[in-house]
Amino acid sequence: MYNPQLTSDGQLRHLLSVEGLPKKILSQILDTAESFVGVAEREVKKVPLLRGKTVCNIFFENSTRTRTTFEIAAKRLSADVLNLNVNTSSQAKGETILDTVDNLIAMHADIFVVRHKQSGAAHLIAQHVAPHIHVINAGDGRHAHPTQGLLDVFTIRRYKPEMHNLRVAIVGDVLHSRVARSEIHALTTLGVPEVRVIAPKTLLPEHVEKLGVQVFHNMKAGLKDVDVVMMLRLQNERMNGAMLPSAQEYFKTYGLTQEKLDYAKPDAIVMHPGPMNRGVEIDSAVADGNQSVILPQVTYGIAVRMAVMAILAGNSASSIAGNGS
Amino acid sequence: MNLTTISLPDPEQLLTQLAEQLVPVITTNTALVGIHSGGVWIMERLLPLLSKQHTIEYGLLDIAFYRDDFAHRGLRAENKPSQITFDVEDKDIILIDDIFYTGRTTRAAMNELFDYGRPSSISLAVLINRGGRELPIAPQFIGAEIPLQAHQNLQLSRDEQGSFSLALEENLEEKNGKKLNVQSSAH
Repeated sequence: MYNPQLTSDGQLRHLLSVEGLPKKILSQILDTAESFVGVAEREVKKVPLLRGKTVCNIFFENSTRTRTTFEIAAKRLSADVLNLNVNTSSQAKGETILDTVDNLIAMHADIFVVRHKQSGAAHLIAQHVAPHIHVINAGDGRHAHPTQGLLDVFTIRRYKPEMHNLRVAIVGDVLHSRVARSEIHALTTLGVPEVRVIAPKTLLPEHVEKLGVQVFHNMKAGLKDVDVVMMLRLQNERMNGAMLPSAQEYFKTYGLTQEKLDYAKPDAIVMHPGPMNRGVEIDSAVADGNQSVILPQVTYGIAVRMAVMAILAGNSASSIAGNGS
Repeated sequence: MNLTTISLPDPEQLLTQLAEQLVPVITTNTALVGIHSGGVWIMERLLPLLSKQHTIEYGLLDIAFYRDDFAHRGLRAENKPSQITFDVEDKDIILIDDIFYTGRTTRAAMNELFDYGRPSSISLAVLINRGGRELPIAPQFIGAEIPLQAHQNLQLSRDEQGSFSLALEENLEEKNGKKLNVQSSAH
């Protein structure tokens, strides 16, 4: 089956979603990220891999954390970085996405990091560009956010290396979350035997159990004996109409407090992709508590994004050189 | 030269010879750095032989992010994190590799080392110098000189017990029109 993310010989060409990525490539990304973690701890936090390459961050939708971690990742690989906040630029004057992209290709961009509120935007660009140009999806609509999914799995692997022995709970607004889908795919591909989702029915997509997860509507039952609690942001800005009674009511039932966290294993870790709504989906005491790995997630996000860009840039080398010999 | 007449030395013996050369230069300021993977194996074996007077600091490098052929070959699927936990600043570093060939690996390793700090000196110790360098870089400490041609591939391997063996591969592809490997080995 044709997979636009892979080259004809099965190497990573674009990163559009975690779905459809073989375990071999997921492991390659995580193992390479492991090597980049050490780079950030050195005197000089840079390697020369992407010298002379240009990485373009095109953000059609705001995101400070994702854009800055992509930017710092590209800079630590020695790439030149161009940040385009398209909300405030030519798109406002009526330029199409592909025209924007073509103009950047004319400036010799090598890697595009794309965020868009429409699902499929990164796909569209990937199908448009020449073989030596790579596209990374940094979040498209409700569809996918693969580097976030990968950095979450990377964080889990660092704290809980025995992936085949884990119970992971994803809590909150799964319906509107592109992160949750990426996470579920990455976790199941890497052999995590039990992935749970905990949410009210109104915040779960139909047939969510087909993704291979167990569904809970109650925190006490859902969190029982889990190793990892992955909180999702309550996507207020995406919500049409009243799916929930109120933020306070939500916090009472699904907000993560220490009391609810105590149902999980005593050494369970707490994760959140950010930005957090303190007092809505997570209590401040838990977010800042000693089971929280929310800030390490941000640090590891840089290593994972470095790994993805390094692997992609390396694969344009082998596709140009034929067999890569 | 008739290729089948090359007799390979015993790598265990070369290791002893290399250690004998290194013993006199080791000071309290020396640190050993093995280059992944063969160089790390050699370093692991050298450490007990060299640290009889005092303990020696050591680390390991995977030069994957510093290779000069990344633009042609991309990133290998497997790489190991570099581990330099000591302070590189003002140290006398002995880089260790198994087989010295073009000098490009050594250059990459030196570039990476300097991203950890500014050492006082760097020298290079190798089990075998096979000749064919392409850069003005040469090893100071050498177990054996074995001049080889470009189509020959000398490989060090380590078995489960940790003992070394050498294998020479002749790539006769051009002569015979198809890939054919002739191996000779020494344990």
